[in-house]
Amino acid sequence: MLTADDKKLIQAIWDKVQGHQEDFGAEALQRMFITYPPTKTYFPHFDLSPGSDQIRGHGKKVVNALGNAVKSMDNLSQALSELSNLHAYNLRVDPVNFKLLSQCFQVVLAVHLGKEYTPEVHSAFDKFLSAVAAVLAEKYR
Amino acid sequence: MVHWSAEEKQLITSVWSKVNVEECGAEALARLLIVYPWTQRFFDNFGNLSSPTAIIGNPKVRAHGKKVLTSFGEAIKNLENLKATYAKLSELHCEKLHVDPENFRLLGDILIIVLAAHFTKDFTPACQATWQKLVGVVAHALAYKYH
Repeated sequence: MLTADDKKLIQAIWDKVQGHQEDFGAEALQRMFITYPPTKTYFPHFDLSPGSDQIRGHGKKVVNALGNAVKSMDNLSQALSELSNLHAYNLRVDPVNFKLLSQCFQVVLAVHLGKEYTPEVHSAFDKFLSAVAAVLAEKYR
Repeated sequence: MVHWSAEEKQLITSVWSKVNVEECGAEALARLLIVYPWTQRFFDNFGNLSSPTAIIGNPKVRAHGKKVLTSFGEAIKNLENLKATYAKLSELHCEKLHVDPENFRLLGDILIIVLAAHFTKDFTPACQATWQKLVGVVAHALAYKYH
């Protein structure tokens, strides 16, 4: 459960992400593909060279979806319902991968925010991303 | 046997040479206890762990964090021989401390984020990939003697 303080911290950090959705998203995906090569198996149709149009486009899409989740922190299940359907019935990405992308996205935030990625922010954001991952996996079976 | 390329070894030693073991060790352990509060179960005798501020300021957390990251330094000196290097510590964590090895993985992920926040843009994707491999292999070595 996200506390009121968690929500405030997440919102404040998200204000700093605004305007960098494509850069941060592309960097998180790129870090994931390099750090966890098996994650590339879900993107056989992509040009996975660093900074490719497809990585940038998809990165933007992922971070915008997270932004949507930030706006709906009190009701993630409903806000992410379509994405949840997509992952369960169409994409069928093994949910273990959500953790890997979560780690890479947090590294991107830590790299860009430095000391501002405090232990409190870290804790709030980790909770938020695992709540999003839980919603994306809730219709699998 | 884990293979380390020349580039990986270089990325490991160049980052490690700039790490302040006392500061980063304390911060990594504090973040572990804050982000994953159930890990506090191993530290009942550490005194006040009631809030992030209390954890960050707790001298026992600082001292133990330094000890843990100092021990991690042994991995860097013994990259080709990690299982033997950590055999004793693995037995200790299994038989005496009863620590679920999942906690080693959590601490490894936290350490990566601490390094990212310290080194910012210098913590490149290649750097992350190498360090993520390193923390994974160390966690595996620490879990190796469990039975």
